[in-house]
Amino acid sequence: MDPSLRRGLKAFVVFEDGKVFEGEAFGAVKETFGEVVFNTSIQGYQEIITDPSYKGQIVAMTYPLIGNYGINDEDVESAKPQVEGLIIRELCKSPSNFRSRMSLDEYFKKHGIMGITEVDTRAVTRHTREQGAMKAVITTNISDVKSIIKKVNDHPSTVGLDLVKEVTCEAEYDWSEKGGLKVAVLDCGVKYSILRHLEKRGCQVKCFPAKTLAEDILKFNPDGIMLSNGPGDPEGAPYVFSAAKELLGKKPIFAICLGHQMLGLALGGNTYKLKFGHHGGNHPVKDLATGRVAITAQNHCFCVDYDSVKDKGIEVTHINLNDNTVEGMESEKLKFFSIQFHPEAGPGPNDATYMFDKFMENIKKNKK
Amino acid sequence: MPKREDIHSILIIGAGPIIISQACEFDYSGSQACKALREEGYKVILVNSNPATIMTDPEMADRTYIEPVTPEVVAKIIEKERPDALLPTLGGQTGLNTAMKLQEMGVLKKYNVKMLAADYDVIKKAEDRDDFKKAMIKIGLDLPESGLAYNMKEAIEVAERIGLPLIIRPSFTLGGTGGGIVENMDEFKEIAARGLHSSMITEILIEESIVGWKEYELEVMRDNKDNVVIVCSIENLDPMGIHTGDSITVAPQQTLTDVEYQKMRDASLAIIREIGVETGGSNIQFAVNPKNGRMIVIEMNPRVSRSSALASKATGFPIAKFAAKLAVGYTLDEIPNDITKETPACFEPAIDYCVVKIPRFTFEKFKAADSTLGISMKSVGETMAIGRTFKEALQKGLRGLETGKAGLDDPKKADQIDGKELDALLKRPNAERIFYVKEALRRGYEISKIFDLSFIDPWFLNNIKEIVDYENELAKKLKGLSLKKSRDDEEMVAIIRKAKRFGFSDIQLARLAGCTEVEFRDFRKKLGIIATFKLVDTCAAEFEAYTPYYYSTYGQECEVKRSDKKKIMILGGGPNRIGQGIEFDYCCCHASFALKDMGFETIMVNSNPETVSTDYDTSDKLYFEPLTFEDVMNIVDKERPDGVIVQFGGQTPLNLAQKLEDAGVPIIGTSVKSIALAEDREQFKELLHKLELKQPSNDTANSIAEAEKKAASIGYPVVVRPSFVLGGRAMRIVYDESSLEEFMKEAIEVSPGHPILLDKFLQNAIEVDVDALSDGEDVVVAGIMEHIEEAGIHSGDSACTLPPHTMPENVINDIHEQTIKLARALKVVGLMNIQFAVKGSEVYILEVNPRASRTVPFVSKATGVPLAKIASRIMAGEKLKDLKVPNPMASLNYISVKESVLPFSRFSGVDILLGPEMMSTGEVMGISENFGNAFAKAQAGANQILPLEGKVFISVQDSDKRNIVFLAKKLSDLGFKLIATSGTGKILKNNNLEVEIIRKMHEGEPNVMDLVKKGEVDLIINTPSGKEPHNDGAKIRSAAVMRGIPCITTLAGAQASVNGIESLKKMGISVKSIQEYYSGKNG
Ligand SMILES: Nc1ncnc2c1ncn2[C@@H]1O[C@H](COP(=O)(O)OP(=O)(O)O)[C@@H](O)[C@H]1O
Ligand SMILES: Nc1ncnc2c1ncn2[C@@H]1O[C@H](COP(=O)(O)OP(=O)(O)O)[C@@H](O)[C@H]1O
Ligand SMILES: [Mg+2]
Ligand SMILES: [Mg+2]
Repeated sequence: MDPSLRRGLKAFVVFEDGKVFEGEAFGAVKETFGEVVFNTSIQGYQEIITDPSYKGQIVAMTYPLIGNYGINDEDVESAKPQVEGLIIRELCKSPSNFRSRMSLDEYFKKHGIMGITEVDTRAVTRHTREQGAMKAVITTNISDVKSIIKKVNDHPSTVGLDLVKEVTCEAEYDWSEKGGLKVAVLDCGVKYSILRHLEKRGCQVKCFPAKTLAEDILKFNPDGIMLSNGPGDPEGAPYVFSAAKELLGKKPIFAICLGHQMLGLALGGNTYKLKFGHHGGNHPVKDLATGRVAITAQNHCFCVDYDSVKDKGIEVTHINLNDNTVEGMESEKLKFFSIQFHPEAGPGPNDATYMFDKFMENIKKNKK
Repeated sequence: MPKREDIHSILIIGAGPIIISQACEFDYSGSQACKALREEGYKVILVNSNPATIMTDPEMADRTYIEPVTPEVVAKIIEKERPDALLPTLGGQTGLNTAMKLQEMGVLKKYNVKMLAADYDVIKKAEDRDDFKKAMIKIGLDLPESGLAYNMKEAIEVAERIGLPLIIRPSFTLGGTGGGIVENMDEFKEIAARGLHSSMITEILIEESIVGWKEYELEVMRDNKDNVVIVCSIENLDPMGIHTGDSITVAPQQTLTDVEYQKMRDASLAIIREIGVETGGSNIQFAVNPKNGRMIVIEMNPRVSRSSALASKATGFPIAKFAAKLAVGYTLDEIPNDITKETPACFEPAIDYCVVKIPRFTFEKFKAADSTLGISMKSVGETMAIGRTFKEALQKGLRGLETGKAGLDDPKKADQIDGKELDALLKRPNAERIFYVKEALRRGYEISKIFDLSFIDPWFLNNIKEIVDYENELAKKLKGLSLKKSRDDEEMVAIIRKAKRFGFSDIQLARLAGCTEVEFRDFRKKLGIIATFKLVDTCAAEFEAYTPYYYSTYGQECEVKRSDKKKIMILGGGPNRIGQGIEFDYCCCHASFALKDMGFETIMVNSNPETVSTDYDTSDKLYFEPLTFEDVMNIVDKERPDGVIVQFGGQTPLNLAQKLEDAGVPIIGTSVKSIALAEDREQFKELLHKLELKQPSNDTANSIAEAEKKAASIGYPVVVRPSFVLGGRAMRIVYDESSLEEFMKEAIEVSPGHPILLDKFLQNAIEVDVDALSDGEDVVVAGIMEHIEEAGIHSGDSACTLPPHTMPENVINDIHEQTIKLARALKVVGLMNIQFAVKGSEVYILEVNPRASRTVPFVSKATGVPLAKIASRIMAGEKLKDLKVPNPMASLNYISVKESVLPFSRFSGVDILLGPEMMSTGEVMGISENFGNAFAKAQAGANQILPLEGKVFISVQDSDKRNIVFLAKKLSDLGFKLIATSGTGKILKNNNLEVEIIRKMHEGEPNVMDLVKKGEVDLIINTPSGKEPHNDGAKIRSAAVMRGIPCITTLAGAQASVNGIESLKKMGISVKSIQEYYSGKNG
């Protein structure tokens, strides 16, 4: 058959409830399992696929045209792609951007990641919105649908699962060796953008594996501690929130996303799973102190339960205007503030980068 | 913050007539604003001279002034109404400039009127190039290098400082003419000299050229708590150097990484804050160097714009509505998102489709105009298409443009273009360039070569290449296709499905398969390949949406939910063009409003993003789709409407009527047969004969030879015209056999396969337009309009008055009766328009249109009777006698004058003479108790401000010489100085008038042209003499228009103008709202 008429290799997304979507495979051809979440960002696919918080997940991009500007050397959130798979409507074969080094297809092939294109991603989104985030497989073979559905159902759920251990660093390392203020990062799968922001503000940044004990972190004598973002359910990694509990009140802490949820647990509160989470770059978050709204980048399925923390001596500082969920907490006494959204953007708007400045101020205040 | 309680009444300034660069998008934004503010309980006072707008409907505002949008007139309105505040940001550049002038005149201060959304200093900071530049430098943003020059020496200094290539922009010329892009010093000197010459203040701006860079636009909104959101990003397919209004544009942006995009977003936030726009929407334009990502700010519009209308339609986020709410104090987080209901407006829309906007041009009407696209806008309309991919949206857009293309077709006469020519066509920005890109790809040009010539980003080129490559393969696969294949043929299903996903239309595929469109459509449906519809919901399906705003694509799931309600579908008019514009959209909207009132579910289909009809809350359901048989049928298949209305959207839906009816679609109103009868020469002639009505003698011809024979027997002069066209396309008056051939050729080209019509040209006849309502039995003659200019000037271009002001009673009665006869004979159900020519007491019928006409909104505004709404009710089965329609023309104690607005200032060098081919882009209305005043108001509204003193230049053709004397005398009595060329001058002198004689252009210098250029003339009366040997007249007229000097080209126009001047001098302009006029009428 003529090359341009030859359609790509037929592939399918099969959900745990049996729903099947058709498309064509790209990247590495294999069978890949994960929880499907949709992301509504229009640009920023490179940051998304390299974001360790997506460990265990297959991402469906709601924006249909993906790969337009290729893959470059700079815009990565970790050293390699982290998603379990990618579901898109149209793959760009000839990217155009002066920084592009390779196409998305080449990048996925290189790293053994599977994607599926030509999918009615809007239908996938609607399915997910209505049924909640579900497990699914991307595969090229559905000759035996029943057994595939069973395999999907047998795949472990993210609830209670420890995904942090898959993405944390193996040993402590210095991100930036020089700098005025010393920041210890408890790496649950930290995004490079967070580290870049700290570095840009003149911090000496050291990353610690997620299982590092509180006392070992304190031995570094940091001026401030960052509890990072990361994948999945905070309850899957109890070692992180027990360390967080010990660190509370000792040094200024800034926690983002999973880190924020860890603090919620450390305070004795609960977290719960949202129906399909928040994933995108357009979420309005209101800063209750100023009344102003920031358009924020978000990526989480789990969330701090307001009722469980409201009388733990903290103040809720931010809420999501779409669904009124808790987006930020603070306690001067415990020297921490934490936010559910991503002030580092990567990808997404930079409206909330002032959060890093606030962290610097807190550190400085504490040093005085 | 809740809404402001310190203000109670708000003045909204509308944008005035439709002109190039300012079209019905400002009716869309203004209407939204009126609704939003009244919803909040404010008293809304509105001024807009454009009667064809929804915003000037009497129920849209508390006080509606259909008066010229000039500072003087608006000042009068302020004096009378004493509004607490003024909202200047919704009426385009006109609204903004008028507000600025009012401040400068001290009017706002005097009457203590607050400017909402953006105050004087803010607007100035954004609009003044120098102030803007300083502000940008302050916040660390990059701008093109630039400098001003007042003479050649300075110009050369600036050029040497900045370096080539450069852009030259003369200051203060209408429409930015006289400038250009230069690549070498010779060109620079030539254009700089021309620019200095054409600038009224001999000033040019010389700017670093960044032609070829990528161009972007961001739509930004801010509230008074300093919350800022970006509603939409837009990327231009055509690079810098081509006005965004003339570029194919795509939303959202496609080729920026998130890092680059966020940089642009950050810059936009910084800009809106630095400029200080307090609340509302702004549009910011950027350029990005494709080689290194360097970003430059081009300009900011601190107001709602054409692009914001596009962005609203592209995202579902109603910018103007929210801008109005923000202006009165609300903040973004307090306004709910109408579409999702649960989430607030304070967010950035997530798009899950691709939007392509394609401009529509009308160069065929302006042969002498330079058709190269550049930095000043030339397009007259646009279409928008939504698809899931760029390829799909592009092809939908190209067929939605209604220029005869079924998608990305081949350019005209592709095989006759040699390589060199093709390269030149890729390099020179032009309206058809996208098709030449296709041709180049078909010929195997490398992407890099096309990029080097056109600077179109390779991302777009590669996408187009995919279409071209796939078409080549389809050609092989579909050739000799057997329509017997079934859905078991998996390969064929896959091939055609992919073609549909690439946006190929059934016509394109049928062409490749060698069958008819209908055959292919049936085949495709048999294979199970059926369009699916998706929602535009602002949130990429993250939340449930409640507003049914759909587009088609070929996906796995269709989201349309068909209700059990009785439903009526209204077909809109597609992109604006000369001859088919906002008037038809107005009618479509009214149909929707009226039918909704009757309890029908209304379904709107249209592809024009500028319009009110494509606002998501105008109809119960909106399908943003091209108006082609295929796309309409896809919707019909889904919705199965009880009725479809084709008579409101202009020629576009009418051209589909027969095919739709053949496909079993229930068309309501006047039957398709009657519509065809009125268009069919022979049948129509027979009908008139039977009714004993007169028509200019006429005949049809299929060849040039036949035409020569028939024209001779009719007798010259004759009117030559193609059939099945609108706006008098390619229509000419031919005075002798020698010119016949040329016009015939064009007519045949315009409407191939249809006969050419030849009419006896009625000289010096008065033309009359009539709009009537009919239910098949009863007829109501709604409006009789007497044209100012004589027959021979297209009804769309001439001024007219309602009621008639010179026509004798018996002629009016005759017209009345003839109208009723025709309506009955044609069994009109709905609206009908007739054009008559009256010679003495003889009444001739020029044409009958059994549909809504361009004048429906004017008549509705002039009489206060909403014709289109009544017509819709009739079409849906109600009867005139039950509707108790009052006689619209009865007890009118005021006069309404319509004047048309012409685009000549955009097309330098084009003669401004009017003829049977329509040229105007819009219209205005003037109302007053006397004709002269109403006419003067209409002129002012049309930006032909009649002078009250100064010099009048008069030069008329021989046949007008006798009649001009009287007018010249009157002008002289009114205190004007007369200037004339020798012939005219002699006659005036002979009649004892003082007149300065001046040379004609070919008689040497100094001559009349010098006076015009120096602005030493205040009014020009110049009627052309049939064939001008030197074409001096054309040059003078064109130069006058470029300088904004009112120029009158007909004796009748001159007469009315003198009337107007007299009335202005006597009584000045006074203002009155239509609500007052109407209540005076009834009471
Ligand atoms: N310095 C420049 N170099 C090249 N093209 C330019 C430059 N400045 C403007 N343009 C082009 O001219 C167009 C019109 O300019 P703009 O300043 O936006 O005027 P307008 O007010 O008419 O929109 C832009 O859309 C852009 O394509
Ligand atoms: N026989 C005629 N004699 C004089 N003027 C004519 C004649 N036929 C047409 N015209 C002029 O040409 C204009 C356009 O013709 P019309 O048939 O109305 O075309 P359209 O369908 O474009 O409205 C009319 O408005 C009228 O001024
Ligand atoms: Mg512009
Ligand atoms: Mg006509």
